[in-house]
Amino acid sequence: MNTRISRRHFIKGVIYSSTALASGTGYYLANAQSTSPPGAAERLISIEVNGRTRRVDVMPQETLSYTLRNRLNLTGTKVACNRGECGACTVMVDDTALYACSLLTQQVKGKSITTVEGLRAANGTLHPVQQAFIEELSPQCGFCTPGQVVSAAALLMANPNPTREEARQALSGNLCRCGAYDHYLNGVMRAAELIS
Amino acid sequence: MTNMHIGQDFVPPDVEGKVTGDAKYVEDFRREGMVFARLLTSPMASARIVNIDASEALRMDGVLGILTAQDLPPSAPPENPMLALEYVTYIGQPILAIAAISDDIAENALDRIAIDYERRDFVTDPLVSLTEGGPDAYPEGNAMVAVVQEEYDENADVEGSITPVKWPAAEVEKFRNGREPEGVTFTGGWEYGDLEAQFAEADVIIEESFVTAGTPNHSMEPRSSMVYWENGKCYFYGSSQSQSAVNEGLAAMLGIEPENLCFINENTGGGFGSKGRTYPTMGVAGYFSRLLNRPIQLRITREEEFFIGVSRPGMQGWIKTGVRNDGTITAVDLIIVSDGGPSGRDSASSSAGHISVLYQPDAMRLRNIPIFTNTAPKGAQRGPGQNEMAVVLAPIIDKVAKAVNMDRVEFRRVNAPNSDSGIYERQGPMTSAFAAEAITKGAEQFDWQAKINQPRRRGNKVIGIGIGQGYHGAGGYGYDGLIRILPSGRILLHSGAGNLGTYSYAATVRAAAEVLQCSWENCEIVRGSTDLHLPNSSAQGGSNTTFTHTRTNYAAGMDAVNKLKEIAAAELGGVAEDYDIADERVFRISDSAVGLSYAEAAQKAIEMGGRYSGAEYPDDIHPITQRAVQGIAGTGLVGVAKDNLPQRGTPPGINVGFAEIELDLDTGKYEILNYLSVADCGTVVHPKGFSQQMHGGGVWGFGMAGTERHVYDPQNGLPANIGFYQSKPSTILDVPATMATTSVDIPDPINPIGARGIGEPSMGCAAAAVVSAISDALDGHVFNRAPITSDMIVNHVAQNGYGPQALKLNTF
Repeated sequence: MNTRISRRHFIKGVIYSSTALASGTGYYLANAQSTSPPGAAERLISIEVNGRTRRVDVMPQETLSYTLRNRLNLTGTKVACNRGECGACTVMVDDTALYACSLLTQQVKGKSITTVEGLRAANGTLHPVQQAFIEELSPQCGFCTPGQVVSAAALLMANPNPTREEARQALSGNLCRCGAYDHYLNGVMRAAELIS
Repeated sequence: MTNMHIGQDFVPPDVEGKVTGDAKYVEDFRREGMVFARLLTSPMASARIVNIDASEALRMDGVLGILTAQDLPPSAPPENPMLALEYVTYIGQPILAIAAISDDIAENALDRIAIDYERRDFVTDPLVSLTEGGPDAYPEGNAMVAVVQEEYDENADVEGSITPVKWPAAEVEKFRNGREPEGVTFTGGWEYGDLEAQFAEADVIIEESFVTAGTPNHSMEPRSSMVYWENGKCYFYGSSQSQSAVNEGLAAMLGIEPENLCFINENTGGGFGSKGRTYPTMGVAGYFSRLLNRPIQLRITREEEFFIGVSRPGMQGWIKTGVRNDGTITAVDLIIVSDGGPSGRDSASSSAGHISVLYQPDAMRLRNIPIFTNTAPKGAQRGPGQNEMAVVLAPIIDKVAKAVNMDRVEFRRVNAPNSDSGIYERQGPMTSAFAAEAITKGAEQFDWQAKINQPRRRGNKVIGIGIGQGYHGAGGYGYDGLIRILPSGRILLHSGAGNLGTYSYAATVRAAAEVLQCSWENCEIVRGSTDLHLPNSSAQGGSNTTFTHTRTNYAAGMDAVNKLKEIAAAELGGVAEDYDIADERVFRISDSAVGLSYAEAAQKAIEMGGRYSGAEYPDDIHPITQRAVQGIAGTGLVGVAKDNLPQRGTPPGINVGFAEIELDLDTGKYEILNYLSVADCGTVVHPKGFSQQMHGGGVWGFGMAGTERHVYDPQNGLPANIGFYQSKPSTILDVPATMATTSVDIPDPINPIGARGIGEPSMGCAAAAVVSAISDALDGHVFNRAPITSDMIVNHVAQNGYGPQALKLNTF
């Protein structure tokens, strides 16, 4: 009777059919043995998150945002749309900013993930983007902020001296309902100064 | 004298957590034994629930139970029920909740629940329902006779009874074609002045119809809840704009005394009016947790947030404006039919108020009727009433100005309110108003004359220049302030204001720090949980926190200063008037070496007890504040007071926006080249926070002008936009790379630090300025509709006659 068609439902359908596990629910999958049946996705995988190798037991249809938030307790990554529209869940995968809600954790096996929690230096010093965002009062409600921080950090990694227009393009995948764009751009430009 | 804190930037204490990911929102909290609940929602716009069979779902491993309306206190329409009982009146309406040991199991279990529905006719367009023979959204009818509120509260539930109201088809047809319907029923309205006489005074009279779309609030954080109960006390983690203002309503919803509720709200991912007070799913989470005796997280998805997350009502209207040749408006006659959705929200009075404030007609009449439809529930959204009127009115005002050969800026300046102006039907006073000064300052900084005189046509592109205004009543009176000085010398500023992202919870307590003349580094803001002893606060909405709570914190600060002086006199001799404060000391004026540090005075306050330590408190403070004081009594010097400062009418937030756009005649798209907003908000308390609200409101306004709207399939009642991009808020690429903002900076005399709020009119002025610019680019064409989408522009340019489309609402 539930007519909602979410991306999650869609992904679930695809994975179930492709792995011949269509008879089970998520609960049955979660309680299955780690040894996967032939042709199925491996359950126990390694991903590198914020510089640490993490062994995680993930379901085949599990998104990276779900794994980060619910298995690794990295709740800095926010889920606002869960359908690839807003960018609140942006993380770096091998230094590229991507939507964690639209990646299956299985897809990033063996890759390096950086979340907003991983941007601070080991001694606790804030990343220049974080410092600049504080100085420019970039966030408002803050729910999109982790995604904005990660997108900005990824930009500055690839281009330490962006123009304001380049920064604008780089943040264009991150929706801010509060409309704090001007302050975020000020933050990115200040961060570039801090880095230089 | 330069203020220590007011008017200075600072770093609010929650910012670091927001940039590091440490800031916790509802879904980030966990509790031992926590289980997960999800909602089953209606797939139909209007139906009767015949049967619910959850037996298969309840047999699933890991499923713990369901909650239905049978488990909840009864509610009657038009109250938005926590869960539907017999009838569902919109797609997405919660029918039941199911709990399981994991979110996935709960979601999968929803698919195993069978519900039999009996379909009913539905309606998505108010005028369709209002026409004789048209369908009604509720079995009881389509309109509500509301109980008139003593004082308008945009967050309050609408109370009244439902009844059928129909207009003759011929009158609806007249209305659809921009003419005044006659002999028809309205359920609300107001009037002042001699309308007939003032229209007779007019040299020019212009009649126009208008339509504005409903728009979802689209808060980034869906309204999830996490709840647990311990020893009869409810611990509720909620996504809310407000803190203390939620307590009594939520306690009543859960059937408990307020002292048995601890409401925790550290951060909120946006609300924009939709989370001002309690909302129905809070009750679902609270009751379900109590039923199962388990901590519960009720997760609300993006789709669910679209439906239950509240939206702005659309309007269908008619306006008749009389104007003299000198540009002064003599009379305005206004009709508004509102899309009340299933909740009956109607902002028509506020829409009319926008006109009464900013254009000061000598006489005015509003006649209105909200009509229930089977669309998403309607509620407060940033500048409710005023902003949708601002966006659709701006080109009409431009047309009126043109009719009397007056420049658009000058026309608005001639009609602008001042500190002696009356507003709304009662023509009551404002605390102060400097709208003409804002217009003048903006026109100079924007270089209005040069911009309108520049060459406009650049190939297939044309430059449009626009001006818009926004207004919202921005503040209230009579709430409480609470501060505490510890024997360590640390100063605790207790804030009952919610953290909705404006940082006003932090900026307003700086009024107390200003009074105490203390260093900010020595202050700590206490906030975010009832158990931390927070004072009674207004709801955080309506741009009111700045005005309202600089007053309460000023009052609490003054109470603390007076007590410091009294303690010094008691300890060191003389009377309180012999003493003054500076550098966190209270000292004798005649010999500054004689005195006490704040820390020493706080220790003395504990020893003296009574009202100095909080063991006693004023009779007039709210019970919430009384409980807060009881909780901290004996820990230091307590400053607590109700805001009994002088009052004078409504504190207005007034904004003026100026926009320059480049419109592509081939595609109908436009780029906003320049945008300037000017605020008449008194003293700016927190410059960066001010900039955030001005720019953020501007971004909202751009969306309202061009891209945000509800759309429903009229055949099936299905919404076409349940995600962000089908009713698209502006992205970073839709707004100018830099935006300018400034303020008139004339202090308000009724606020002790001179401040008023500004968060909502910053949207209305931007939306109005952009549509004014679009109209200007198209030789003054009035679309009579908002938003103005690219297809409308292309059709107009192609002379396909795109106009108000016979006032159709909720469709393309």
